[in-house]
Amino acid sequence: MSNTSFKNRNLLAVIGDEDSITGLLLAGIGHINENQKKNFLVVDAKTQVSTIEAAFQEFTERKDIAILLINQHIAEKIRPTVDRYQQAFPALLEIPSKDHPYDPTKDSVLKRVQKLFGE
Amino acid sequence: MSGTGPRENVFATRMALTNTKLRLKGAQTGHSLLAKKRDALTTRFRAILKKVDEAKRKMGRVMQLASFSMAEVTYATGDISYLVQEQAKQAAFKVKAKQENVSGVVLPAFEVDRVAGSGAQIIVSFMSSHLNYDPDFNLTGLGRGGQQVLRAKEVYAKAIETLVDLASLQTAFTILDEVIRATNRRVNAIEHIVIPRLDNTIKYIMSELDEMDREEFFRLKKVQGKKKRDTAARDVAAAELAPPEFEDFGDGPRDLLSSKDQDVIF
Repeated sequence: MSNTSFKNRNLLAVIGDEDSITGLLLAGIGHINENQKKNFLVVDAKTQVSTIEAAFQEFTERKDIAILLINQHIAEKIRPTVDRYQQAFPALLEIPSKDHPYDPTKDSVLKRVQKLFGE
Repeated sequence: MSGTGPRENVFATRMALTNTKLRLKGAQTGHSLLAKKRDALTTRFRAILKKVDEAKRKMGRVMQLASFSMAEVTYATGDISYLVQEQAKQAAFKVKAKQENVSGVVLPAFEVDRVAGSGAQIIVSFMSSHLNYDPDFNLTGLGRGGQQVLRAKEVYAKAIETLVDLASLQTAFTILDEVIRATNRRVNAIEHIVIPRLDNTIKYIMSELDEMDREEFFRLKKVQGKKKRDTAARDVAAAELAPPEFEDFGDGPRDLLSSKDQDVIF
């Protein structure tokens, strides 16, 4: 388990639509590192699923990200990848967006919670 | 023979028996300790599960509020998303990880760590450069748009705090889940494999030792029997050899009998 490596994780990353990203960046989570890598990805109707997947992989593999936020309707697009994601770090959070209200039944973590309660 | 199940590969000696018994005791202690650990973790896990569930629902509401304030900003100032994205350089809103120990399991807990940084600067520079607001970070002189932006910033900061809390809960949930599974596996392995195996070994050694005891007893009996037979044979041989010897020394008693004694009646 990666218990040792969470000390230097202190960034939040976002994959989301324009409005969510704007709001979160306004609060000050935006970060661009030395390699000009952003910690956010704006997804609109034209964004390819493969781009989202790639960003998801990149954010989950980066060592400085503690929490990865992803809009739920975007998570839906790469659901298999999201469901397969089991690591503790970075923590993956599905957040609602403006146009898509939050649906707890789709959340991969809540699904596990339900399964455990259902036992 | 008892102990036919899988067992350790040991020689059936008393020392091995003592060792195995000690190991069985150790395994039993370990089993009860692990079972306790599992119970403690499960209690914690249940508590976290409930909190995760609540926090997720709360997050839905908080994010909705945040979206509203963002909509207000868009209404008041127009689209600022491009600007905000371009001005992001250094994160002002970071998280710090703390450790928390639950029966030997290290759980991280994220904490919001806000630095006065580009977050505020974004707004200031954005206002000063594009809306001709006073760059001094003071609400005086700010128009309605600026207020909305500030409000949105605060609302989003609050929302992120909720998200960070949720993230800690969720991480704890994931880690605990994993640890509980590992502990369960260990408990079950000890209960269903290690302990029966040691039990079988003990039974095997006992039965072997008993067998050896019986063999030894039988051997001793046999030896004794042989010895008895040998002694008997020697006695017989001795008896056959003895009479001539008695005849050689037989004069004394005859002498006694031959001489008449007054007191003896017949």
